[in-house]
Amino acid sequence: MTSATQTIDPAEIAKFEAMAAEWWDLEGKFKPLHMLNPCRLDYITTQIAAEFARDLSTDKPFAGLRILDIGCGGGLLCEPMARLGATVVGVDAAPRNIPVAQLHAEHSGLTIDYRVGTAEALADAGEQFDVVLNMEVVEHVADPLGYLTACRQLLKPGGLHICSTLNRNPKSFAMAIVGAEWVMRWLPKGTHDWSKFITPDELFDLMQRAGLDPVDRKGMVFNPLTWSWRLSDRDLSCNYVTASLNPAG
Amino acid sequence: MDNPARATILPVMVRDYDIAITGGGLNGPALSIALAQAGFRVAVIDSLPVDTRADPGFDGRSYALALGSQRLLRAISVWDAVADHAQPMLEIKVTDGRAGQGPSPWMMHFDHAEIEEGPMGYMVEDRHLRRAFLTAIAADDRITHMAGETVVDQTVTPGGIAVGLASGQEVQAALLVGADGRSSGTATRAGIRRTGWGYGQTAIVCAVEHDLPHRGIAHQFFMPHGPLAILPLTGNRSSIVWSESDAEATRILALDDDGFLDALRPAFGSFLGDIRLAGVRFSYPLGLSLAQSFIAPRVALVGDAAHGIHPIAGQGLNSGLRDVAALAEVLTAARQRGEDIGNSQTLTRYQAWRRFDTTTLAIATDTFNRMFSNDNPILRAARDIGMGAINAMPGLRRGFIRQAAGLTGDLPALMR
Repeated sequence: MTSATQTIDPAEIAKFEAMAAEWWDLEGKFKPLHMLNPCRLDYITTQIAAEFARDLSTDKPFAGLRILDIGCGGGLLCEPMARLGATVVGVDAAPRNIPVAQLHAEHSGLTIDYRVGTAEALADAGEQFDVVLNMEVVEHVADPLGYLTACRQLLKPGGLHICSTLNRNPKSFAMAIVGAEWVMRWLPKGTHDWSKFITPDELFDLMQRAGLDPVDRKGMVFNPLTWSWRLSDRDLSCNYVTASLNPAG
Repeated sequence: MDNPARATILPVMVRDYDIAITGGGLNGPALSIALAQAGFRVAVIDSLPVDTRADPGFDGRSYALALGSQRLLRAISVWDAVADHAQPMLEIKVTDGRAGQGPSPWMMHFDHAEIEEGPMGYMVEDRHLRRAFLTAIAADDRITHMAGETVVDQTVTPGGIAVGLASGQEVQAALLVGADGRSSGTATRAGIRRTGWGYGQTAIVCAVEHDLPHRGIAHQFFMPHGPLAILPLTGNRSSIVWSESDAEATRILALDDDGFLDALRPAFGSFLGDIRLAGVRFSYPLGLSLAQSFIAPRVALVGDAAHGIHPIAGQGLNSGLRDVAALAEVLTAARQRGEDIGNSQTLTRYQAWRRFDTTTLAIATDTFNRMFSNDNPILRAARDIGMGAINAMPGLRRGFIRQAAGLTGDLPALMR
C-alpha cells in the first residue's frame, strides 16, 4: 500500500485488529454484528436477486456471480454469499482477520478467497466484480469520495454496490455512541467517530460524484422488544443501507 | 464420543443431507416434506419398517386436526390424500359430567358458524395420515426415507453433525431434528434434560360405531377421574379418548369387549343410540414431559420430543405441527439469506418462537386437568360458573373457537 492509495485511517485498523479473534462467537464481542447480520443479509440477498434475476428458493441462486466483501472481518457476509453459490473474495485491511476467516470457512466447508488488502489496491490491480459489499466501512475511512470511487472501479458495468453506514444526527449519537458504546458496551468505546457519520443525502451525493447511480435506500431499525433488527422504508435515522449501480457501458 | 476414529475425520465434512430427522411418525414426515419443498435435502431416520407404517388396518387411533394443522397439510400437498377420510368438526360441546348423574346443565357450546373460517377442525384416522405421508415422502426425490434404522450415536462436528446408525451407516447433516417422541433419544444424546410428571391417569383410546349420526359434534365430558372425549369420525363412528385413574383404567382394560362397552355406556350416555367397538383398544399413561431446551448445538426438537402434554384439549399433534411449520419457516428464511441453518443463532429463533407458546399450553392443559379431574364440590361449582360465563359471552366464546381451530398466536406462514 502506498500513501497515495491508502484511505483507511491507520488508527481505525488498529482498533479492529484488537477485536479480531472473537469474530465468530455469537455471544461474544461481535454479538451486535451477528444480531444485525440477518437484517443486512435480507437486504443484500433481495437486492442481488432482483438485480441479477435470481430465485432465492433455488439451490445456489448466486452461482456465477463474483462478489467482493470489503472489510470482511471474520467472514460474516462472505460465508452466506459463498453458501448461496457466489464466487467470493473477502478483503480486510487488518491482517489478523484473514486467518480467522480462512479457518472458519474451512470448517464450514466453504471456499472463499480471503486477502489482506484494500478496495484501492484491488482497483489498482484491475479486479472486477458483479457485486461489491461495502458494509459499515465508509464511516471509518479517511477519504470517503476516493474510497467510493475505488468501489465503483471494482464493479463490472451494470454491477451492484451495496453500502451501509450510520446517519449523522442527535439520534444516531444517542444510539450508536451513547447507547451502543457507553451504556450497552456492545462496542468498545471509540469504535465510531460520530463526526465521520454520513447522512443518506450526503452518501447519495458522494456516490454520484464517484460515478455510481444510487437506486435504493432503507433504514435498519433495532426493536428492543423483539431484540432484533428489521428493514424500514421510512426510518433511516440511525443505521441505513443503500444500493447503487455502476452505469452500464 | 462413541467412535474414537471419528475424531480424526476433521475438519471438512462432505454433507450427505442438509437436515436429518429422527422419527417417522407424523411430525417427522410433515417436516421433511415442508423442508424438501423449500429446497433442502432431507433424511428421515425411522425406527419402524415401511410395512408397519403402511398397514391399512384401523388401530383405533385418530387425531383432531385443528384448522391451522389442516392448512399445513394442504400447504405440503398431503391434505388431498386424507380429505375423503376426514370428518369436519362443526361443533364442540363441553360438559361437566358425573357418572350416574348425567351432564350438569352448565355447559359450553362452540359452533363453527360463529367464525368465518369454516369447521374448527377435522377428525382424521392415524392410518390415513400415515399412508398419505409415506406416499408423499416416497414421491419426493429430495427426501431419503431410512426405514427400520435406529440411531446409535450423534457427534457435533465443526460445520455439522454426524449421526451413526445401527446398520453402520453414517448420516452427515448441518442439522439434526428430533421428532422422536417424549422419550426422545435425540434429546438425550444431545444432553437435553426433561421436566415432567405423571398424572396417575391412563388414556383409553378406541373407536365405536353408533346407531345415530353424530352430526359433526365433538363432546368433552369432564368426569371425576378424568376427561372423556367423544370425537366424530366419518360415518356413524366416533373416536373415544377416555382418561381414567390408573387403577380404574387397569380394571377396565382387563375386561373383554362386551364388559368394556358395559363400562363405557354409563359415561358415554345414550344420545348416539347403542354403541359397538370399531377396531382395537389402545391405552397409554398420561404425563407431562417438557424438554428443558428445544435446541442444542446442531439439534432441534419438535413435537412430543420437545413437549409431551396432557391430551385434554387434543392439542398434542396440533402443537407439534406448529413446531414443524415454525421450524420450516425459520430454516427456509435462513437458507435464503445464506446463513448456517444449524448454528445457534438460527436455532434460537425457532426456540424463541415456540417455547413460550408450548410451555403455556403445557401449563394450561395441566391446570385444566387438575381443575376438572376431581369431584370437589367447590371446584365443581367454580368450573360450572366459569363455563356458564364463557358460554354467555359471544366474544370470549369466539376466542375459544379460534383457539380450538388453531388460528391464534404468532401463526407460521404454512398455517395461514
